[in-house]
Amino acid sequence: MRNVNARDLIFSSIRRSLGVSSSEAPRRTAVADRLAHHPAGIVPARGQLPARDRLALFRAMVEAAAGSVEDVPSAADVPGALAAFLRAKNLPMAVRRGEDPRLSAMPWQRERTLDVKVGPSDGKDLAAISHAFGAAAESGTLMLLSGADNPTTLNFLPDTHVVVVDAEDVAGDYETLWTRLREKFGDGLMPRTVNLITGPSRSADIEQTLILGAHGPRRLHVMVVGELDRE
Amino acid sequence: MTITSPSFKENARAAIADAQLQRALTYGLGFVERRRAAADRLPEFDALRDAARDIKNHTLAHLDLYLEAYESRLKASGGELHYAVTAEEARQIVLAICRKVAAKTATKGKTMIAEEIGLNDFLEENGIQPVETDLGEYLIQIRHEMPSHIIAPAIHLTKQQVEADFRRVHTHLPPDRNLDEPTTLLAEAREVLRQKFLAADVGITGANFLVAETGTSIIVTNEGNGDLTQTLPKIHIVLATIEKLVPTLEDASALLRVLARSATGQDMSVYTTLSTGPRRPDDPDGPAEYHVVILDNGRSAMLGGEFEDMLRCIRCGACMNHCPIFNAVGGHAYGWVYPGPMGAVLTPSLIGVDKAGHLPNASTFCGRCEEVCPVRIPLPRMMRAWREREFERHLSPATVRAGLGFWAFFVKRPRLYGLATALASRVLALFGWFTGRFRRLPLASGWTRYRDFPAPQGGTFQARWRRRRGI
Repeated sequence: MRNVNARDLIFSSIRRSLGVSSSEAPRRTAVADRLAHHPAGIVPARGQLPARDRLALFRAMVEAAAGSVEDVPSAADVPGALAAFLRAKNLPMAVRRGEDPRLSAMPWQRERTLDVKVGPSDGKDLAAISHAFGAAAESGTLMLLSGADNPTTLNFLPDTHVVVVDAEDVAGDYETLWTRLREKFGDGLMPRTVNLITGPSRSADIEQTLILGAHGPRRLHVMVVGELDRE
Repeated sequence: MTITSPSFKENARAAIADAQLQRALTYGLGFVERRRAAADRLPEFDALRDAARDIKNHTLAHLDLYLEAYESRLKASGGELHYAVTAEEARQIVLAICRKVAAKTATKGKTMIAEEIGLNDFLEENGIQPVETDLGEYLIQIRHEMPSHIIAPAIHLTKQQVEADFRRVHTHLPPDRNLDEPTTLLAEAREVLRQKFLAADVGITGANFLVAETGTSIIVTNEGNGDLTQTLPKIHIVLATIEKLVPTLEDASALLRVLARSATGQDMSVYTTLSTGPRRPDDPDGPAEYHVVILDNGRSAMLGGEFEDMLRCIRCGACMNHCPIFNAVGGHAYGWVYPGPMGAVLTPSLIGVDKAGHLPNASTFCGRCEEVCPVRIPLPRMMRAWREREFERHLSPATVRAGLGFWAFFVKRPRLYGLATALASRVLALFGWFTGRFRRLPLASGWTRYRDFPAPQGGTFQARWRRRRGI
């Protein structure tokens, strides 16, 4: 078995170079502690803001990354807002979504002209809508999780990607999102894919000229749902 | 592809004489300003660089244990892990996985490891068509070239060259189509590659990081090509090396915060994707198999030694963007897959200082590479260490050795050195007083061939220094 052999060779070479054996207790403890407690390092002050300012930073950062943002008062207003968005961009009135219960609960039947398909994309869809797990204001980054709720193909194949995020799920930083992820899946466990998305697809490979829409969506539109602070 | 590092000097001369390349090299100059602006926007940037350095050092010091932890998490998530000591072993592992599903084509996200092991040529020889999907990598693939920059592989090309290549290769499209602008070129590449994405049997990506806590691999792209590569085919193969490990998601975050800022000046790249194992039972898309190939290829031997710091490298490309040598000759002159200062240190470790001895010499030691490195790798110190090894192993040319020996004789005798330099500067001043410079000088033709040598004025530096300090 070449592979077993390669594994042993690599481990013994690492240990020889480091001058260690595999059994030193302090090394084992250091590693076990770090994995168990995953200490946060330096978290930029930029995102550490009260809710209203944090949302403002999030919007500004999405726009800085060439995405667009709109506020939608409640989940029930999303289908209408989506229809208006597609119409304003002169796009066909069709969209694909996953089985996310938050999306399924929206009143799609109200938009009679909007053709809504459910399931993963085969590459022919022009627009898709997904529900984000959360977002980080520090860089205008959305976090989407794979699964039947929000198939990964919807994030990359369609030309236009609309992402819904609840205002209360917009965190200041990535660390807050990892904590929520651990709460949902358990320590050390992850869904197959976690997509952190910051703006629409782009390339600057030809003469360093930045162009949007390389292989992924040319357009990223974020809908922030819900009024956060009624105080 | 052939390694041309031994002929760096000839490569560099040809590069400087290449007008098209010199024009293309100006496109990269924007990297410097964009990085500076991104760093200035984040007050914690320098503190994050310290943290990034410390995370990498901690991981390297415990690499065996983090690798064990990564391995058990990866297996628990249903992924398969393959170890490869050498490039050849890594190629064979990839081929065996492709053969198992009788793969005809494999799409590829951008991976420097695949370049390092020469995967494309190997797959092609074995009847599997590799398709590069990063636009820059696609361009160099259809030109049969190596990348000239680790994050902008086709930065040496002009749009006219790209247009000519597309007309040559995309023969199924109307010959009179308009390809004047980068936008139309990109649209054509998108169209052509979209079909390849959907048809591929295997998708191969690299990994920016491997997370021990969760058994996750992370890729960072702007185009979205890496994601289509790993989502659509039945099999996803990740090519990684041992030093990509980081302990936790928090540690990965710190490194991500310095990576994009150092590379392109973005706060965050467009797509940062974390993959853990194959498609889950309820997933409607994603690959059915997830394989990770972990390659050593000489890296474990670098641990604990003079070049260990190089294993911190996160491949942002800032060192080459800020390098006066790289910006003068471009990446191809370096003769292998890793150019610029990071290549000048890494290449001799991986292919031998006998082949790559010129690279650590191709530096003015201006120190900008170290100044901008997000993980604070002391690149000049390590280039100096390679020069020392080259000298010790008698690999430097006889004239260089003789010159150094001559110089060493004098500097070891300070009084004699002072007398000799004072005499030389007086003689030069005397002969040069009329024009103030020399068009030709014996033993200095290497200098005077390109510029005049100024005649010395007002005594040697050491004499003036003594006078100034009143000794």
